[in-house]
This record gives sequence, C-alpha cells and structure tokens, in this order.
Amino acid sequence: MISNHLTIHQAHQLLKAKQLSSVELTKAMLERIHQVEPKVHALVTITDELALKQAEQADKLIASGDANPLTGIPMVIKDVICTKGVRTTCSSKMLENFVPPYDATVVEKLNNRGVVVIGKANMDEFAMGSSTENSAFFPTHNPWDLSRVPGGSSGGSAAAVAVGEVIYALGSDTGGSIRQPAGFCSVTGLKPTYGRVSRYGLVAFASSLDQIGPLTQDVTDSALVLNAIAGYDNRDSTSVPYPTPDYTQCLTTDLNGLRLGVPKEYFVEGMQAEVKTAMQVAINKLEELGARVDWEVSLPHTPYALAVYYIIAPSEASANLARYDGVKYGFSYQDTDSMWEALEKTRQYGFGAEVKRRIMLGTYALSAGYYDAYYLKAQKVRTLIRREFDQAFEKFDALVTPTSPTVPFKIGEKVDDPMQMYLSDVCTLPINIAGLPAISIPAGFADGLPIGMQIIGKPFSEETLLKISYAYQQATDWHKRRPRI
Amino acid sequence: MKLTREDVLHIARLARLGLTESELEKFREQLSNILENFEILQRVDTADIPPTAQSITLQSVVREDEVAASLPQSQVLANAPQKDRDYFRVRAVLE
Repeated sequence: MISNHLTIHQAHQLLKAKQLSSVELTKAMLERIHQVEPKVHALVTITDELALKQAEQADKLIASGDANPLTGIPMVIKDVICTKGVRTTCSSKMLENFVPPYDATVVEKLNNRGVVVIGKANMDEFAMGSSTENSAFFPTHNPWDLSRVPGGSSGGSAAAVAVGEVIYALGSDTGGSIRQPAGFCSVTGLKPTYGRVSRYGLVAFASSLDQIGPLTQDVTDSALVLNAIAGYDNRDSTSVPYPTPDYTQCLTTDLNGLRLGVPKEYFVEGMQAEVKTAMQVAINKLEELGARVDWEVSLPHTPYALAVYYIIAPSEASANLARYDGVKYGFSYQDTDSMWEALEKTRQYGFGAEVKRRIMLGTYALSAGYYDAYYLKAQKVRTLIRREFDQAFEKFDALVTPTSPTVPFKIGEKVDDPMQMYLSDVCTLPINIAGLPAISIPAGFADGLPIGMQIIGKPFSEETLLKISYAYQQATDWHKRRPRI
Repeated sequence: MKLTREDVLHIARLARLGLTESELEKFREQLSNILENFEILQRVDTADIPPTAQSITLQSVVREDEVAASLPQSQVLANAPQKDRDYFRVRAVLE
C-alpha cells in the first residue's frame, strides 16, 4: 500500500533502493486520481498512457544508476505551460483544443530528468483569478473543504498536491497565483525572483510579473524542483545569466543571526482574527529558532500595490492576449465573411468574463488620454514600492507576512464582486510588482481550514527563504497534515 | 471614474472584443467601480520618480545573427483553424 503522500525525497529513496518502481508509483497515483477527481476536479487533462511510458523510461534510468532526485516521480503541470503534443488550454475555451508544437523550457528540463507528467492542472482562465472559479471548464474544490475554493490561479496544482494525486506540481505566479493557493491548500509554494526561471513556453499574462515555480509538500522538495527548473535560458530575454546554486545546500535549522521584519501594513483591516493569531504564533516560533524579529516594520506604499497591480497586469495582459485572433490557432469564429466580426466574435466567445474585464481595464489604462494618469502613474508608484523593499532589505534578511488575510472562502462567495476577489491577493501582489522571491508555507489551521505564512526575500535570495522555511518545517508539523479525502 | 456606455464601446472596439448589450452594462458598472478604487494613486507624490517597467537590470539583450532551425511549417500550421496549402487562410482585409 503506497502512501499517497510521499515527498520527492522519500520517493526517490524508495526508487533508488528498488523498493518501489516508477511504474508502480505512477499506477498508484493514477488510481488515487480516479478516486478523488470526481470530488476535487483539479485536472483538465490526464495523460495516463504517456505517464506510464515515461515511468517505464524512468525505471530504466534508475536501473542504470542514472537517476536524479526527480526521476520517475509523478507530477502535474499547470495548464498555462506548453507541453509538446499535449493539449494546453489555459483553462480557456480560446485554447480548448490547442496542442503546442514545443515544450516550455521548464518542461524540457524536467523531461531531461526523467519525470513522469501525469496531466495538466486546472487554473483560472489565462491565470487571471484568485479562486480557480474563472476556469472555463469547472472550478476546482479545496480538498480541506470541498465547498471552498483552492485559491488561484494555480488552484488545480495546489489541490492535486494537497490531496495526494501527485507528488508535486508546477504553477505560475503573477500576483500570488502560486502562493495564495499554496496557502489555501496547505502546501509549500515558491515564487522565484523574476528572471530566475525561464518564461519560454509559459503562456504570457503579464510579462514583467509572471514566474513559474513549484508547489510541493515540503521545502526540501521545493529546493529539488528549483534546482531543476532555475537557470539562464537564451530563449527568454528576461532570464538572468546568473549561476544557479544547489538549493539543497542551504537547508539548515539554525536561524541565529537572521534578521526578520514584519511589515504591519500586511495585517490589514478586515483580516481574519485566527489568521492574525496564527501568524503571531508562527513568527514567535521563528524567534525561538534563533531569528531576531522586528514587529514594527513599515512599508507605507503597500496599500497602493493593489491599484498598481490591477493597472499594470491588465495593461500587459491586453497586449499579450491580442494574439488570440482565431487566425493561427485556438478558437475561431467562422460564421461571417467580415474579418472584423470574426475577430470580435472569436474574442467574445473565446474569452470568459474576467479575462474580458482585464483586457478592457488594460486597454483603457493604455489608451490615449488615460495613459499618463493610469499606466505611467502606476509604473512610478511601482518604483516607490520597489525602493521601499530595497530599503527594508538593508536592515532585514527577510520579511514575514500572512499569505492571505483570510482562510479559503466558499465557492461562489466572491464571483459577483471583482474588487472583493482582487482583495484576497493584497498580501501577495506587492512581491510581483517588486520582482522579489517569496514562499508560502503551512502555518496553521482555523476550524480545519489552512493558513499560510509568506516569507519574502531580496532578489535572488531563494536560499534564505528555503533555509527559514526548512527550519520552521523541522520544528512544526502543519505541512504534514493531510485532508481527509 | 464613471464610465459611459460609449466609453465601454470605445474600449471594446480598441480591444476587438464583441460584447452583448447586457455584458456592456455589467462591465460598465464593474469597470467604473474598479477604476474608482484606483483614484488613490493620484494621492501619491511621484514627481521626479522614474517609471519601472522591469524588475531586473538587463538591457538590450541580443543574440548573434546566426541562422538556426525554426519550427517546421507542418507544425506551425497544425493548429490552424483554416489553412490552404502552406498558408493560414484569412478573410479579406481590403475590400
């Protein structure tokens, strides 16, 4: 009886010792998927046959002694990342039948390590959303309470890991889309520094904000996946040519001398009391582990981050989504001879409401007469937000905040009020604006619903984030709890 | 910022998004509400503050002008909604 919750490092030991084969492990995961998918709906596409073929290949690699920690281990990829020959939908009708002719760089890197891709994970359409309710196909349900959202936009990825359908997943994060669902599903979610992981093959939402990252069961696994996906890629001109360290080398439990700051603006009005308490307990634990904590840090421009994000991201999205015109791929409205009508109806029927809202917001913010007041203004405030972080990082090694002001909300609760939905990302948005790395780790529960703690670092300080998170996870066991499905 | 119906139609036209009458009204209301929330940015003093477009310091990233393999045409056309021999088929652009 294979545990549904083996970590990468645990599974790797078993595979290396030949106590388990990749084929057996993959079959067990597929069985689990068929058992829980009717309740959770985390996956858009399940690639059983392909996965088993990959598992057979992996077993050969393992037998020949050429295995690395990710070989033969089943995972899913958020459906916003191109997988050659496997449909990639972005959970949108626009790309419902789109089959990419190439693999994203991160997919190539993982394939070179002999991973087993079991499927593509559900998401908010084109990564726009905080609950996975904007998927054009179906919402994903939070495994901790099926009537609640898993968070978004990487809700499928987070739920699949939380419920044991896969050992880890890839997600993407533009305004919190890895961290917030990680917090809501009680898994570990890392958004690397902007430029750390190649965006080649990541369907673009907001090009100056998007990053790919891992959702895993613990921090050691995050380090293992980051090792595999990070690094310079000449096909992404925003990819930084810095060497990639071995991220597993920083995993120690001694936080002595580490200076942590708690920015008070992240403890927003309207924040759930239990989340606030859980944060206080968690940060006290970090102090116990040796860190020095300053509870009175202030980042005064934090309240402006929401407006900055919801001007910049939609503006970039309006440009990135202009390519969906029904000509070269994707949904294409045919019932007309007029080019303009074909274009307008393709986009009318191909895109969902939130996508349209954001395209329009962005178009407006960039349009003549409004560009200075909105887009340019937002870019300037963005500078101020980034400078504030830079100043804070002169005094602190990392900042600690809640991942979200509340526990996961009910499905349907916020769909009718876009602003309410946007507010659930207030703690995560500023990080993308500044291009910083951040991780969300499980830090407690309120009435059985997950609470996440976010740790933010200066650029390219993933090692610091991993170290702090590792120490915390050795001293607590929130991350070992499992939903009862 | 309260948007009028004409404002929304104008934006939709720029973005080449078809909208039904009820979508037009719903978006008009929602976008107006969202934009109102952005008015707080006007309170921020940004005199002499340069805009940030990118978080990284890379500039003018170029590559050598070397010929390398591209996607084969068959793959490029594989997802085409309408194709004709080696071409994507489109509607008339000019009358």
